[in-house]
Amino acid sequence: MSDHSSPSRPPPSAAQPSVTETYELSVNGRARSVPDAWIGESLLYVLRERLGLPGAKNACEQGECGSCSLYVDGVLLNSCCVLAADAVDADIRTVEGLGDGGHLTDVQQAFLDAGAVQCGFCIPGLIVTVHDLLDRVPDPDELQVREAISGNLCRCTGYGRILQAVEDVKLARLADPEGSS
Amino acid sequence: MSADTTGTTTRTPGVRDGLDTDAARPDGTPKVTGAFAFSSDLYAQQMLWGRTLRSPHAAARIVSIDTSAAEAMPGVAAVLTAPDVPGKATYGLEHADQPVFASDVVRYQGEAVAVVAAEHPELALRAVRAIEVVYAVTAPLTDPEAAIDAPPIHPDGNVFRHLPLRHGDIHATGEVVVEGTYEMGMQDQAFLGPESGLAIPSEDGGVELYMSTQWLHVDRDQVAACLALPAEQVRMTLAGVGGAFGAREDVSLQVHVSLLALRTNRPVKMLYSREESFHGHVHRHPAKMWFRHHADRDGTLVKVEARLVLDGGAYASSSTAVIANAVCFAGGPYRVPNAEIHGYAVRTNNPPCGAMRGFGVVQACFGHEAQMDRLAEALGMDPVELRLHNALRPGDELLTGQVITGTAPVREVIEAAVAHDLPPLPVDGESVMALPGGAGLTAERRDVRRGTGIAVSIKNLMFSEGFDDYSTAGVKLELDPRGRPIATVHCACAEVGQGFVTLAQQITRTALGVEQVLLRNADTQIGSAGSTSASRQTWMSGGAVQLACEAVQERLFERASVRSGVAVEAGRRRHFRMRDGEVVEVDGTFAMSVAELLAEGPIEEIREHHHPATEPLDEDGQGNAHVSFAFAAHRATVDVDPELGLVKVLQVATGQDIGRALNPRAVVGQIEGWIAQGVGLAVMEEILVQDGLIKNPSFTDYLIPTALDMPSVVQTVIEQPEPGAPFGAKGVGEPPTISSTPAVVAAIRAATGRELPRVPVRPQDIALT
Repeated sequence: MSDHSSPSRPPPSAAQPSVTETYELSVNGRARSVPDAWIGESLLYVLRERLGLPGAKNACEQGECGSCSLYVDGVLLNSCCVLAADAVDADIRTVEGLGDGGHLTDVQQAFLDAGAVQCGFCIPGLIVTVHDLLDRVPDPDELQVREAISGNLCRCTGYGRILQAVEDVKLARLADPEGSS
Repeated sequence: MSADTTGTTTRTPGVRDGLDTDAARPDGTPKVTGAFAFSSDLYAQQMLWGRTLRSPHAAARIVSIDTSAAEAMPGVAAVLTAPDVPGKATYGLEHADQPVFASDVVRYQGEAVAVVAAEHPELALRAVRAIEVVYAVTAPLTDPEAAIDAPPIHPDGNVFRHLPLRHGDIHATGEVVVEGTYEMGMQDQAFLGPESGLAIPSEDGGVELYMSTQWLHVDRDQVAACLALPAEQVRMTLAGVGGAFGAREDVSLQVHVSLLALRTNRPVKMLYSREESFHGHVHRHPAKMWFRHHADRDGTLVKVEARLVLDGGAYASSSTAVIANAVCFAGGPYRVPNAEIHGYAVRTNNPPCGAMRGFGVVQACFGHEAQMDRLAEALGMDPVELRLHNALRPGDELLTGQVITGTAPVREVIEAAVAHDLPPLPVDGESVMALPGGAGLTAERRDVRRGTGIAVSIKNLMFSEGFDDYSTAGVKLELDPRGRPIATVHCACAEVGQGFVTLAQQITRTALGVEQVLLRNADTQIGSAGSTSASRQTWMSGGAVQLACEAVQERLFERASVRSGVAVEAGRRRHFRMRDGEVVEVDGTFAMSVAELLAEGPIEEIREHHHPATEPLDEDGQGNAHVSFAFAAHRATVDVDPELGLVKVLQVATGQDIGRALNPRAVVGQIEGWIAQGVGLAVMEEILVQDGLIKNPSFTDYLIPTALDMPSVVQTVIEQPEPGAPFGAKGVGEPPTISSTPAVVAAIRAATGRELPRVPVRPQDIALT
């Protein structure tokens, strides 16, 4: 599951838009080379199309839907709105880097247990967002949760089971502070 | 949980994660880790990127197309236009009236004119921009009412279908008459996973197409016709689907990406941007509707008259079926002895419209429920009482003359919806986020008005009007390497998020008593499963899996009879049954494990499941055109700031007729999710079209409910097993979105006293009228 070792894809065989550069990104604790890439590419594109990390999703590519949420230097961002070449030297953490040694995180498990997953397209972004919320605010009330995830659009669930999953993780973490992911 | 009264399922008590449990989704873990492969995640070595050139005009003649500059660009592998289509030049879900590429005229903004394939998506975009098309712009035909008699804008004419319905005495009159006109804007399905697919040329000259879609086989047939290939040379496999809701029932990029792959002899991926997605799929039909309801003084409905005009946009898609639903259910879930309804689905130069959850009934329901409230007011009657008084019951006749032979718990769903507690009254010190306008700090509690409204709906399940609707499933039972039984299910049913993959496992576990159930990819290597739409897959494909399991069971019993020496003539089921992983003799001592019976080899069976035949509607819109019906009632409570016209939907309470909950947790999620879409249509969702042009093709400007917009949902499911339905279950996906919209609008009317004949209700409709 956690894909810390995804193989980089070969660069496209022929023409590329100019201007290209070769640079290195730090993704999920690993240095990843991005050879000969057009500098106009978003971080979302480079992760998905060059580094083989499709967990961040591309629903709007204009910062409205949150499907591409990830951490850059510990800050939750929409990766569609970040140029990859600008993220050099930053610590990038994607949904693929959340799990520990192949185990689901408490948030991932709670989403499954609560029935929060339907088509699933928004889910990786929501998982990252909920981790960010509960790591910052251990005991949010319902309105705080709704506000925190309001930048992540979901079209299938009406958010009910997602809110349930967040509540479940919150209570479990408050009951057992040592056991949280 | 209700008992299964259908008698068609062999229940194996004790099997883990079988029917009636909250079995987990088999695709759940990859979906929470990010490993699940959606169609937009696909990749192949040496892959090119495809991109579409679309018309910027709603109506124009194409004077010339010059692709030479695009073809000369480095990294561009192909540029294709209409003359490059080797087969049929048009496609369409029910009527092939849409060109693969426009060549002489364009009929809507966004119509495809050319496609390119290039080494990088940015190069593809630049190549598209380098294609020079000279248009002679013409005046778009955008008024659906005018389109009925206007000169045709397509050789097939402007009226997709005029459907009259006459029932009972069309001259009957009631003592109380109310009349109104209503309007619905264009809603978008707004699935999150954009249209995308990967086409790989195959050695036999055909193509392998990995695609997010709702119906693999009709896609395949349309692609094959346009490519001039035999169907078997177009092999389609379902790629991960990021939501559908009707918008993936029509072909989008399927033909284009396949043409590019065959032309370049390389894998080609296409992926729409969000803006392109708004132009690249059909939407919910906007509607203009007139209703006149007649009733006696005691509230008994006497007659419904209506004229419904749906704007189908430039191409037919499924407009002819959408208008049939609107007409057939224009009376709502009520006993209406007399009716005269005229429905029109017409062609304009507006964006094409087709399937979206609720499919024609959403439009009609907004009108008939507003009328029921109007009638209640005219009668001085409670709106809930009026609805209960007229509620359909089993054995009643619909407007089509069809008698309801199955369940019809209309009274029950209404009573369940209104039995829920209302949301709590405001408390001191409440968060500003609880007020209309939220963080905008625009409202004060003392100015806010609260209102409550109710609405009820009926929806047909599965395809109607004589369509031979079926699904196909294969089940293979064998031993795994460790000698344990394992079943593999093969079905072309498109999993779009609804959870068929879970249900297929549950059915197989229960029917065969095996815990290990694998699912093969949905593809065209097996027969059609029909569309994932019309609330049909639990019934149709669930039923096909059940039949295939029973056929496998029959073969197990056959082996058991040989091994036991128990002679059986007909009906092996009378002699054997399944129990805890064994086949046991009913009136004897023989018992043998399934594993032992499988030692002589695997068992594989494929079955088709057809629903009972339906009839076409006659010239008066009469006939047994539908298979089964589901009902729902919604009660909405809203807070409104009348000065700014902002609405906060606080709660939606619902009672819903579901037959039987095969996976109760999944049912909860379906109901919540589709109330969200109903709330969206009520207060925020509309594709704004001006002179045929979409003004808001983005998630910045087309708003769908966020977690802050979403009300609390309280729900009661009514479980009355439907006779003839596999497991007694009805589809649950559509009803929540049908009557939740009119319930919210009724609540806003109650809070403001405004007429509000149009959805979505905009702030100016409340504050400035």
